[in-house]
This record gives sequence, C-alpha cells and structure tokens, in this order.
Amino acid sequence: MSAVNQGTEDLPLLQVSNTTKLYGGRIGCKDVSFDLYPGEVLAIVGESGSGKTTLLNCLATRLTPTSGSVSYRNRMDQMRNLYEMSEAERRMLMRTDWGFVHQHPADGLRMTVSAGANVGERLMAVGARNYGNIRDTATDWLGRVEIAEDRIDDDPRAFSGGMRQRLQIARNLVTSPRLIFMDEPTGGLDVSVQARLLDLLRGLVADLGLSVIIVTHDLAVARLLSHRILVMRHGHVIESGLTDQVLDDPQQSYTQLLVSSILQP
Amino acid sequence: MTQTAKTQDISSQHYNFAYLDEQTKRMIRRAILKGIAVPGYQVPFAAREMPMPYGWGTGGVQVTAAVIGKQDCLKMIDQGSDDTTNAVALRTFFVKTTGVETTTKTKEASIIQTRHRIPEEALTENQVLVYQVPIPEPLRFLEPRETETRKMHALEEYGLMHVKLYEDIAKYGHIATAYAYPVMVQDRYVMDPSPTPKFDNPKMDQMEALQLFGAGREKRIYAIPPHTKVVSLDFEDHPFEVNQFEEPCAICGAEGAYLDEVILDDHGKRMFVCSDSDFCEDRRAAGHVGHLGTNPLEAEGND
Repeated sequence: MSAVNQGTEDLPLLQVSNTTKLYGGRIGCKDVSFDLYPGEVLAIVGESGSGKTTLLNCLATRLTPTSGSVSYRNRMDQMRNLYEMSEAERRMLMRTDWGFVHQHPADGLRMTVSAGANVGERLMAVGARNYGNIRDTATDWLGRVEIAEDRIDDDPRAFSGGMRQRLQIARNLVTSPRLIFMDEPTGGLDVSVQARLLDLLRGLVADLGLSVIIVTHDLAVARLLSHRILVMRHGHVIESGLTDQVLDDPQQSYTQLLVSSILQP
Repeated sequence: MTQTAKTQDISSQHYNFAYLDEQTKRMIRRAILKGIAVPGYQVPFAAREMPMPYGWGTGGVQVTAAVIGKQDCLKMIDQGSDDTTNAVALRTFFVKTTGVETTTKTKEASIIQTRHRIPEEALTENQVLVYQVPIPEPLRFLEPRETETRKMHALEEYGLMHVKLYEDIAKYGHIATAYAYPVMVQDRYVMDPSPTPKFDNPKMDQMEALQLFGAGREKRIYAIPPHTKVVSLDFEDHPFEVNQFEEPCAICGAEGAYLDEVILDDHGKRMFVCSDSDFCEDRRAAGHVGHLGTNPLEAEGND
C-alpha cells in the first residue's frame, strides 16, 4: 500500500467550496463543494452540457471561477487557494504535481515531436538536463503504458487513438504527480481498447496512489474507476455519494433516468 | 570619395538622415535602450515599411538607421562577406541616405551590420554589431502561439527548448542544430542568436561590443550589452560543440575559422574558404597561403 504522507492521509488534498462559474447570465456550474482525499478517485457524471467540463476546468485552473474557492494541499503540506497563487506557481503545479488527460490526445500531446520527447518534456521543464536519464525514464514509462520500446522515436501522429491516449497518460505521470484530472479519457475509443485503457488506468491509480477527478458521461467507466461520484445537471450537483451506492440505488429522478438509460447488450 | 560626397549632396535633399524620420528613430532608440536594459528580452517596436522586402534585413537596417551618426564608419556583411548582394545593396542604401564612410575592414568599423555571421576578429567596446533577424522567437517552431511563448519567457518556462535538442539527439545521435542555436542570456532569457552558425555562439559570450538584433517583419528588437554572459543550451551528456572543419582555408590556410564550401567545377571539385572575406584578405596580405595557393582556379590539379 502507498505509505506516502501517512500523517496527512486523512486530510483532504483538494477542497472545493461553492465554486461557481457563470458565462454571462448562463450557469456553467453553481455552488459546487466537495473534498477530495489522497488516493481517491472521484467521477463527475452527467449529460453533455451539464457543466462537468466547466467544473473540471475550474478545478484545474484552466478557467477562473466566478466565485468560490479551490484549495490544494501542496507537498509542503500547506493548504493554498489556487486562485490566490501567482500564475507561475499555478503553472508549476500543473506540470509537476498535477496531470491533465484530455479527451482528444492531440490537445494534450505535442504531435510534431517524438513520443520520447513528449514524455520527457515535463522532466526537462523541471530541470532535467541529462539526455540519457531522460531517455531511460521515457522508455520506462512507455513500457508501463504498454507502448513498445521501439516506438520511442515515432511521432504520436503515427500512433493509433488508444496508443495516443496511453502516451498522454505517460506524459502526465512522469513527474509522479499526486492529482490527475481526466476529461472523458476513453471517449472515441472502441470498446476493447477502452477496456484495456481502463484496466491500465486502474492499475496505475492503485499502484501510484493517485487522486483522480474524472469527467465522464459513461457510467460504466465511472463504476469501474471511481470510489465516489457526483451527478451534475444544469450546472448543479444533484446527487453525490459512493459510486456503487449512487449507481445501484439512485435517489434523484434524473439519476434514475441516467442509470436506466445504460444500454444493455 | 567625390562620388560619395556628390551622391549625398543629391540625396540629402530627398531623404532625412538615415532614411527614417526623427520620431521613428527615437521610437527605435527607446526599444533599443529597453532591450539593453533587459538583455535577451524581445522588445516590440513599430517597425516601418522599408524600401526593401521583408527578409532582406529591414530590422537590421532600422536598428542601424537609429544608431548611426555622421561620424560613424559602417561595415556591412552578408554571410561573412562584404561583397554579396545583400551587403552591397544595404551598404549603398546607407551611403545614399547618410553619406557615412564605409569600410570592409572589421577593425575600422564603428557599426557592423551583419547577416548570418559574426566577424572572426574580436570586436571592441567601441563597436556595435547589428544583426538582421528573420524570426526572433526561439520557441516559435515548438509553440506557435505568441501569447503562450511570451508567457513562457515571462515565467522562465524553458523546458520546451530542450525538447527540440532532445529531438535532435533522438533523430541524429547528436545535437544537429547548426545555426540559430538557442542561447541563455545572463541566466534569464532564452534567445535566438539569429541564423548565425553555432560556431559563432561562443563569440557572443562576454563580447566587448554591443550587440543589437532587429527583426523587421516580426517587429522585435533585442540586445546583448557588452560583457554579458551568453551560454549555449545543451545536455550534460551531450555538451555544446562548435562546428569542426577537417581542413584549413584553401587560400589563406586559416585554422579555426568558419569556412564556406565553394564549388570549383562540374566534376565535384570544391574548396573550403573563410566565410569572413575581410579576415581572409588580411591573412593573405600578411603572407599566409593555403594549399590551393593564391588563385585556386589556377592551382595544380585544376583544369
């Protein structure tokens, strides 16, 4: 088991309180509050347009919330409000302590540089200046996401959708982050590739003791990966709780609708 | 000389000194001062249309026009040479619009405008070196958004620059970037030294002369003040190296100078000669001879 930060294991890693994002008069997300604990996987589900991605972007500092606060416990064990940090600190956080896995790998990868450089970029960004070490780490990470070693010098453009997504994950995990944001990581992949990716993610999350906030409209993905779930509709969180509990015994009529809408093969 | 004086006499009725109007020169001088104050930082400036196409040195010309005075002696080089098209055209331009004295001797010049080379001879504190820069942003080919690259400079996020060097090593086994090799100025800004060969990079470090860079199309000016630290980026296990040449200059025998390849005939015969024409002439005048003698076309073995 992961024994990192044993003393702070019971303190939240991320504290979200009353986070609201308005687009003019329209609601992106409203009054969202929750705590995320180390090693916890939280799924945000809901139909498209429900505010999932807006919320995720507010948490990951990609969008500035209109009101409310988001605090993060850094490695020095200080709780810091993200929006009171300087931009330099936030960006530092983004490329060291955090990861962001985009739905479309092209948004998260540099498509014109090799797979090895994609994985190595974060290392170089934090000061790694030894080519041999960078390459070894990149090779190791490609192996961990099941990309053959001899593909290290290929462009992501030469990769399949599933491989690109795995490369994106490797690129994010190389600096041993503590918190990963994922926006529909399995969207657009066929089911067998999806299954392998989920398997991989589950393994990595458990091995590394990562905290994850995953946005998905796919309840099966949420059930497989997450411990806890938030159900969103029209920008509001309408139901939350343990994943199995919410999915097996949904209380809100909208959640019931969502659960019953899953196609049975 | 009489011709120069005469031309100037005619042109002075048509042009303001150094072509640009005084307000423009002031604006450019402000940008230059800011550039000197923040070494390596790209200062935006309102580049003017010049009577030559972009890519022909409009940035360098504007910088030179802003710093040149009547007492200056101008040297204009293109790829190290005083007599290639770009150098001749721009030299004539300044003769016409300022009437200043020009020279091909590096020692005698107070302002040297250059495209793609730094003279072999060490420059002194009484000289200004003006570079013509096509693309001032070293991160441009890795990050196309200007908003993003400016932010990266502001926050000193330079990991991406090493991604380019990493790619070189992964593809070619060594850092294959041979020109426009990125440098770190005074431990703060990553800078594009303009498309000079990386051979010239060490000369920029602690140079006694003031170095000014002008990019006309991109509307940027940057500078390296005298005695400023300039370090070429590299990896610990793949350190920066300058270009090596296997043979000395064919006509002056110089070693450790940057050489150009010159094709001599249709049968694959070629020679390597100094790209800095003034340096090569000086050496020949001092009696140095390369292995092809004084006239390579008549050298033994040439038909």
